[in-house]
Amino acid sequence: MLLISCPNCGPRDETEFHYGGQAHVAYPENPDALTDRQWAEYLFYRDNTKGAFAERWVHSTGCRQWFNMLRDTVSYDIQAIYKMGEPRPGMNATTPEGATK
Amino acid sequence: MAETATPANPETLRAARRSPASHLAPTFESGSVAGTVALTEIPFQTMVGIRVGRASDAGARLASVTGGLPAACGEISGDGRATTLWLGPEEFLVIAPESAHDSLGGDLVRALVEALGDDPGQVVDLSANRTTFELSGVRARDVLEKGCSLDLHPRAFRTGTALATEIGNIPAILLKSGEDSFRIFPRASFADFLGRWLLDGMREFASPEVP
Repeated sequence: MLLISCPNCGPRDETEFHYGGQAHVAYPENPDALTDRQWAEYLFYRDNTKGAFAERWVHSTGCRQWFNMLRDTVSYDIQAIYKMGEPRPGMNATTPEGATK
Repeated sequence: MAETATPANPETLRAARRSPASHLAPTFESGSVAGTVALTEIPFQTMVGIRVGRASDAGARLASVTGGLPAACGEISGDGRATTLWLGPEEFLVIAPESAHDSLGGDLVRALVEALGDDPGQVVDLSANRTTFELSGVRARDVLEKGCSLDLHPRAFRTGTALATEIGNIPAILLKSGEDSFRIFPRASFADFLGRWLLDGMREFASPEVP
């Protein structure tokens, strides 16, 4: 069981949360211009990182707010928790992961 | 032809209602251990969900009706007429006695709707959404700890604190209403399950303690 520190509520059991997949997947600037393949890649293709991975979580039985988490997919070590909209810690703020897709 | 008119007086309405755990009332009574732990349902409390920014004008107007909006997780506010629980940064639950409901002659819901006006936000009558259990007695915390992973020790969970969490694997709001008493607000559909879960947790305290 992971103990996740919700930014609003503090440390709670993992069972109170739901997972929201990879964070920082930017919505395409001009979706109409995308080919079917590019659109499918935006919708369905996600990184399968071994190591530190930025992902979205929601505290569904608590404050019902979304937040981002930097978690090691091997050790499950939670390295950082930060607000939605904030850049991934330790990355260049102008090019968040997935923004180029 | 079907009866479509609103019942004429509050007593007619009151008699027609059945609370979500009313069928468990005798079981709650026989399962309670006098002086140790007791479980009762407090039916039909008036509950109103509010979604509004605390810092906004509408937030200030709503706060004047409810007697303040709590600022952070766990906090509650109120003026005796109603208690307001923090559910999220912009989400609150107002809990008041049954008589505060507009259908029984009160004016809580209307007052809140008028306070919000046309501003962005929500005021929703949620009275039928949840029921209220009161678990009290010196063993109440021991019963809860079987199904709730929060730190319920008095030094961490003080009287007058309310948290939305899981109890017995179902979502519920837990309010510490006194030194040895807790109020639990499960959704109506979970009332039967949680009532039986708590009864099961209380059972061991009916027997003499094995040293």
